[in-house]
Amino acid sequence: MDKKEVLIEVKDLKKYFQVGRNQTLKAVDGVNFKIYKGETLGIVGESGCGKTTCGKTVMGLYQATGGEVLFDGVDINKLNKKEKKEFTKRAQIIFQDPYSSLNPRMTVGDIIGEGIDIHKLYTGKERQEKIYELLELVGLNREHALRFPHEFSGGQRQRIGIARALAIEPEFIVCDEPISALDVSIQAQVVNLLIELQQKKNLTYLFIAHDLSMVKHISDRVGVMYLGNMVEFAESDELYQNPLHPYTKALMAAIPIPDPDTEEQKKRIRLEGEIPSPVNPKPGCRFVTRCRYATEKCHQETPKLEELVPEHFVACHRAKELMEDHPQE
Amino acid sequence: MKEKILEVKNLEVSFKTYAGISHAVRGIDFNLHKGETLAIVGESGCGKTVSSKAIMRLLPESNTLINENSEVLFHGEDLLKKSENEMVSIRGSKISMIFQDPMTSLNPTMKIGDQIAESILIHRQISKEEAYKEALEMLQLVKIPNAEKRMKQYPFEFSGGMRQRAMIAIALACKPEILIADEPTTALDVTIQAQIMELIGELQKELDMAMILVTHDLGVVASVADKIQVMYAGKIVERGDVREIFYQSTHPYTRALLDSVPKIHSTNKETLYSLKGTPPDLINPPVGCSFAPRCEYGMNICRKKYPELTKFSDTQECNCWLHDPRADVRNLPENMIRRRQ
Repeated sequence: MDKKEVLIEVKDLKKYFQVGRNQTLKAVDGVNFKIYKGETLGIVGESGCGKTTCGKTVMGLYQATGGEVLFDGVDINKLNKKEKKEFTKRAQIIFQDPYSSLNPRMTVGDIIGEGIDIHKLYTGKERQEKIYELLELVGLNREHALRFPHEFSGGQRQRIGIARALAIEPEFIVCDEPISALDVSIQAQVVNLLIELQQKKNLTYLFIAHDLSMVKHISDRVGVMYLGNMVEFAESDELYQNPLHPYTKALMAAIPIPDPDTEEQKKRIRLEGEIPSPVNPKPGCRFVTRCRYATEKCHQETPKLEELVPEHFVACHRAKELMEDHPQE
Repeated sequence: MKEKILEVKNLEVSFKTYAGISHAVRGIDFNLHKGETLAIVGESGCGKTVSSKAIMRLLPESNTLINENSEVLFHGEDLLKKSENEMVSIRGSKISMIFQDPMTSLNPTMKIGDQIAESILIHRQISKEEAYKEALEMLQLVKIPNAEKRMKQYPFEFSGGMRQRAMIAIALACKPEILIADEPTTALDVTIQAQIMELIGELQKELDMAMILVTHDLGVVASVADKIQVMYAGKIVERGDVREIFYQSTHPYTRALLDSVPKIHSTNKETLYSLKGTPPDLINPPVGCSFAPRCEYGMNICRKKYPELTKFSDTQECNCWLHDPRADVRNLPENMIRRRQ
């Protein structure tokens, strides 16, 4: 890919929630990134870091508090009703929770067919065939079309969700933890399916997950989020081989690797504590409370994303000196 | 070898459903020794949660059928024959369970402190104040900061990781001999998962507790398990100690599970090994090996007759026709062929 066409550009995106008097939950606080056509951008981070909110705001499911989301150059927050419908035909989302994202009173066939009906893509027999085709595409059987969601396991429900997203043949799919509820063997199927569909239909993904090994596997570039901020951003191999932010390093160390010998020898970087509350965050680096390298400056100033290595951005005041001190760490 | 504390013999669990009788667990045997960690891995629906719940007698009696010949011997006593009252005194005090979803398994209308104290009060003859004090100690033991303040809070005020810690505190409040952890970290983030698993490990050592870890996360299994048993469609297809399973697995299903996880050092977007098809319908389970329809080495015999047990070492054994002396093994990867004992 020489010429990269930008499909989505997110500029200084902010999403705040008012959670009480003078209490603002800053779920996403100034995030910038671009997604090129046909690529997969991965976003990883712990729960509460704002990755899902980020995905939903990019989809227009939340009205952004500030900043812009440009889809093919048009800000999706300024669309009228008709344009919005056109946009939803091009962009779809696969949700995290396969239990609450399917209507329990609709049959699976109708759930998958709903998008087809709304956009009037197929009718009658064609519609039925399309639904069967989608069910088989995601590894379910034709007979499942007449059943209700409660008759399925979590993994099967998630595949229904994927079939629903694929039904209207979108260009862009936000995959919000699409595989975290699935079994390993099914995860592989779904990820292979997503990759295969991407290559076949030149889809663009925003892949949100906390399973770092999967994110690395599927993504071209990966961004690491922590408490509403993007702390590191790089090509996926680069990020995993050479993490620069202390948080990313700890995150890498925490991934259990399915190999007993590696696990035994692994040097652990324990992160104490949990993510602090994103309500009324203090100025300064968000990671400061759990960071062992924190200095006075980190408490005062919010670090900005800087390009330390070509195409590798880090938001950390001390990343540069840490990189020089322990180049191999 | 350490003392055997739990012995499961020929456990068979079925459920009555509208479609017919679903044979969720189809005759499994295993032992658990003091202090060891046994991991049960397998896909959802393979019966791993059902078997752990059957041990705890937590399955609804109205639609559950447990075979009369099944036995769950805890220190030699059959738990399946105990009355509900007797079970109440065992559950939570001798055998405890941590569930997958910390939000739905805590009582949303009760303060955390009261919930921990409750389990102590049920099992021990002590005053409320003492129970409350012990509950506080438990909460500190699971490293919840500001434990005193947290005692008076409700579950919704806790984050996911903290709720799971509170659950661990409840489960361990009476110092059980066996802890059954059903996907304890699946709902949690990796850094929190690492904390929780380390915490469980520490407490396990301290109390010399045995653990049955039910999970599908092979990474977690690799880091904590002593022994592993792999379940498929209600049966144990292979078991062994952790290195045997990860480095010398003999069952094609175990292989498939291990190969379907992306390696952190592997190249991007290369196709992962993925199992075709889905697990069989347990209402009409197949006659032969239930994995045969999805198995790339499947033979004719596999569909007709259930394979016999092949033993490879004191700990490793597997049910697969490929290890029968008559099987054609020319297509098999070399490291899968192990000498039988």
